[in-house]
Amino acid sequence: MTYRSICPYARLPLDRGVAALVDGEQVAVFRTDGDELYAVSNLDPFSGAMVMSRGIVGSRGDRPTVASPVYKQVFDLATGVCLDDPTVRLRVHDVRVHDGIVEVAFQTEALSA
Amino acid sequence: MRKTLVVVGHGMVGHRLVELAVERGLTAEWDVVVHAAESVPAYDRVGLSSWFRGTTSAELSLVPEGFFDAPELDLRLGDPVVAVDVDARTVTSAAGTVTPYDALVLATGSTAFVPPVPGATGPGRLVYRTLDDLEQIAAAAAGKRAGAVVGGGLLGLEAADALRSLGLETTVVEFAPRLMPVQVDEAGGQALRRLVEGLGVRVRTSASTQAVEETGDRLRMVFAEGEPLEVDLVVFSAGIRPDDALARAAGLMTAERGGVLVDEACRASAPDVYAVGECASAAGRCWGLVAPGYDQAAVVVDRLLGGASSFEGADLSTKLKLMGIDVASFGDAHAETAGALELVWADPVAGDYRKLVVSDDTRTLLGGILVGDASAYPLLRPMCGTEIAGNPADLVLPAREGQPAGIGAAALPASAQVCSCRDVSKAEICSAVAQGGCRDVAGVKACTGAGTVCGSCVGLVQDLVRSELDAMGVSLSTALCEHFDLSRAEMFEVVRVKGIRTWSELLAEHGRGRGCDICKPTAASVFASVFNDHVLGGDKGSLQDTNDHMLANLQKDGTYSVVPRIPGGEVTPEHLIVIGEVARDFGLYTKITGGQRIDLFGARVEQLPLVWQRLVDAGMESGHAYGKSLRTVKSCVGSTWCRYGVQDSTTLAIELELRYRGLRSPHKVKMGVSGCARECAEARSKDVGIIATENGWNLYVGGNGGFRPRHADLFLSDVDTETLVRITDRILMLYVFTADRLQRTAPWIEGMEGGLEHLRAVVVDDTLGLCAELDAAMARHVETYRDEWAETLADPEKLARFTSFVNAPEVPDPSIAFVPERGQIRPARPDEKPLVAGPVLPIRELRSVRA
Ligand code: SRM
Ligand SMILES: Cc1cc2nc3c(=O)[nH]c(=O)nc-3n(C[C@H](O)[C@H](O)[C@H](O)COP(=O)(O)OP(=O)(O)OC[C@H]3O[C@@H](n4cnc5c(N)ncnc54)[C@H](O)[C@@H]3O)c2cc1C
Ligand code: SF4
Ligand code: FES
Repeated sequence: MTYRSICPYARLPLDRGVAALVDGEQVAVFRTDGDELYAVSNLDPFSGAMVMSRGIVGSRGDRPTVASPVYKQVFDLATGVCLDDPTVRLRVHDVRVHDGIVEVAFQTEALSA
Repeated sequence: MRKTLVVVGHGMVGHRLVELAVERGLTAEWDVVVHAAESVPAYDRVGLSSWFRGTTSAELSLVPEGFFDAPELDLRLGDPVVAVDVDARTVTSAAGTVTPYDALVLATGSTAFVPPVPGATGPGRLVYRTLDDLEQIAAAAAGKRAGAVVGGGLLGLEAADALRSLGLETTVVEFAPRLMPVQVDEAGGQALRRLVEGLGVRVRTSASTQAVEETGDRLRMVFAEGEPLEVDLVVFSAGIRPDDALARAAGLMTAERGGVLVDEACRASAPDVYAVGECASAAGRCWGLVAPGYDQAAVVVDRLLGGASSFEGADLSTKLKLMGIDVASFGDAHAETAGALELVWADPVAGDYRKLVVSDDTRTLLGGILVGDASAYPLLRPMCGTEIAGNPADLVLPAREGQPAGIGAAALPASAQVCSCRDVSKAEICSAVAQGGCRDVAGVKACTGAGTVCGSCVGLVQDLVRSELDAMGVSLSTALCEHFDLSRAEMFEVVRVKGIRTWSELLAEHGRGRGCDICKPTAASVFASVFNDHVLGGDKGSLQDTNDHMLANLQKDGTYSVVPRIPGGEVTPEHLIVIGEVARDFGLYTKITGGQRIDLFGARVEQLPLVWQRLVDAGMESGHAYGKSLRTVKSCVGSTWCRYGVQDSTTLAIELELRYRGLRSPHKVKMGVSGCARECAEARSKDVGIIATENGWNLYVGGNGGFRPRHADLFLSDVDTETLVRITDRILMLYVFTADRLQRTAPWIEGMEGGLEHLRAVVVDDTLGLCAELDAAMARHVETYRDEWAETLADPEKLARFTSFVNAPEVPDPSIAFVPERGQIRPARPDEKPLVAGPVLPIRELRSVRA
């Protein structure tokens, strides 16, 4: 698993997402108000638009969530599962901060999920 | 030994029968084999026309996913039965399978009747019955100009609406002297005709089609009298014929006018063979509606379970919304009962016709016809056959001065049938709420089935749920979401009174968790209303829905649209030129909106600041098309130019638009100002509508278009401009203070105890002593207004969010692609998109979802 640098940690807005281009793939990276980091696919499976990074971040119960900005389905940021329709999920990627830089790595097993 | 039930036909009734077989436990001993001629499982034929308005075939399906996975059910799609052998007790399908049955149900429905005139079949000649037919109609209409529908009945008008929505010049040809001859009488037919013609559909009555001739690639319809008609396609909708061919070939008895003859148990003339739905002639006739078919399905399932229920006939009441026009006919609509009297109220100009049929002593309601406004139908139909208390006029006329308002759900007897499609009574609905624990319409639908077929009873169900909950003393939770117990109005009060300015403070003091896409934008809107700070200032950027976050409207492909404000719809040539140049330079799709301004579509996030820089430099500002805030104040030219204008409506519209621009509110707010009673600005369809009079202005409130259109009600007459503005200030501010999230002004006023009168007392007579506060709040808004886009452009921190990729800000989103259409761009459909580089994503097929 290789980590790719994305940007300085300070570039991530609090409680919102940004989009990043990683090996030609679009990734949505979120920093929540608890300073946790999540990375999921930027593709909204319901509309087909690359917009997940523009959704509103929040929680449902104790799950950290993002809502699609198009039709508002809510996804669990940690697992990618759509809480409104569990047959749909977003790809989830590994994300970490290394020397002040945000880095993302693709989870290979996610491809067979 | 398990037994086998074979069902021929998987239409609405065939499927209802299978559902009932499962629900009532028949499948414990029976296997059910269903043969369907169509290639898709049963769908909502009643709602077929909504396909032209974007409902997908999947959404029309009546079959939940996985339903036929049960081992005792076997659905054979696209494999019609071609022969029945009632002696050998087998059916043979087109694919050649032979299935023995212990019981057989024919549910083959009916076929569209095409009159046997020369040229009635061939290219461009179609019918309107199945999803396949609709696809063929859409294909035949592509690029064509004109179409005709033969038949001005219920289905003919639906077909005409479909042709109209496909952009064809549409003519309805009816043999009888009026439209919908079966359901409405002469005067009702005239009112209907006027409404239909008002929608741009031509109507030819008393016209008998003699032939359809091919002339090159068009068709010419020839009539017994009058000019022929040149069209590109003809849809025949001249009635239906029961599909009894299979039964005839099997030697079963059929009725004189067609249809498999069945007895009160829905049994045909051979042992263990039944027929239901439109293919059956039951209780003396074929019933062309779905509700009687459902009753018949229930009878058959009951009989197979050893019961003794029977089908004795049904109610032929119908309510339809054709092209947005309500038509209802119920009970003894044609006054055939001996001594029946007809009471008629008609406003031919408005296209409103209401008739009640009552018994000779005027005490008992027997039936009626409503054209134009059928809102009384759901209440009247169940009252049929019961005694009316008081004046029958109260049943159908709007509340008049000094009279009690119409009748309510409470007036219905407990046994009244509320949902005719699924035969659900008032008592059953009330007990679903009182004993069954249902708390809303969705719950009652799931529990009783009421409201799940044609939907016309849903309003009544809603009233019953509300009054039942009231009676139980249950108040519905007004909590915004799992994070706040406050309603929007309470959140507004908390923020205003305590002066809370940040989300973190609000959440810490009054909420829990991390918020969500409901409470966050609500809080953002409340902060903006109370303080009028920049919507992206402080921690507020994180609360905004993407539209307010990007200060633009998100489109389906992830691009945004840009709408500069054009106050009152008045625009200088210079501004038009700038808009044109910007659109050209950034390659944006340009369209005049329904709100008298111009929308530029297809801008990517990183283009938004560049586009806006150009607009702001030219002196334009945000139109807040993205905000829950004032949209437009629509105007007409008024007395300045128009020979009928009595006041300067344009100037007032511009003043109002500049006054209220940027005011964040519970939902969007629209206004209109017309220069005279001709009402060219359609002001009465707005939240706030103003119509000029000789002496000043009339003020109307609570109108809207949208899903549930409503005209605004008169609030003040003949006031001067200053009074008008002062009262409008107060109405708007009270709305901002107290309405629910996403509640337009109409439901806000309707939900107030005391309604319009109460509102007048508060903002005109100041009964609550609130006016000074409302005035001050509006004055503060007007003073502190600043253009959101100009401020954003001046602030590098706010601009930082307008980047495509945090690690590649110079790369535009490669998934966005456009194709040309009519000289402009439009988003590429998935099949038109170039493949985006990268690994193949294991996601399921894209689905269309409606918000
Ligand atoms: C652009 C426009 C259609 C057009 O091409 O003409 C339009 C476009 C949208 N309308 Fe509209 N409406 C437009 C005029 C209207 C009108 C006509 C009017 O204003 O005279 C109506 C009916 C009048 C009314 O609102 O009472 C209208 C009733 C709606 C509704 C239903 C509101 C309701 O109370 O039922 C929605 C949904 C909503 O707001 O929740 C909606 C929502 C929308 C949204 C925002 C849907 C969305 O979330 O993407 C559309 C995106 C706008 C965009 O991207 O710019 N639009 N919409 C019109 C913009 C007018 C403008 O200049 O601001
Ligand atoms: C546009 C439109 C609007 C309507 N609006 C209303 C309304 O507002 N209110 C109302 O009450 N009713 C309405 N109706 C009528 C309603 O749809 C019918 O009453 C209802 O669908 C009848 O159900 P059914 O199962 O008897 O027949 P259908 O739904 O027609 O189903 C019969 C099925 O059997 C199949 N079939 C036929 N022969 C065979 C065979 N040999 N083997 C296998 N399968 C076979 C057919 O392909 C068809 O799929 C409307 C109809 C249309 C077309
Ligand atoms: S929301 Fe308005 S603009 Fe969008 S499709 Fe519906 S009617 Fe048209
Ligand atoms: S009356 Fe048709 S769904 Fe209730």
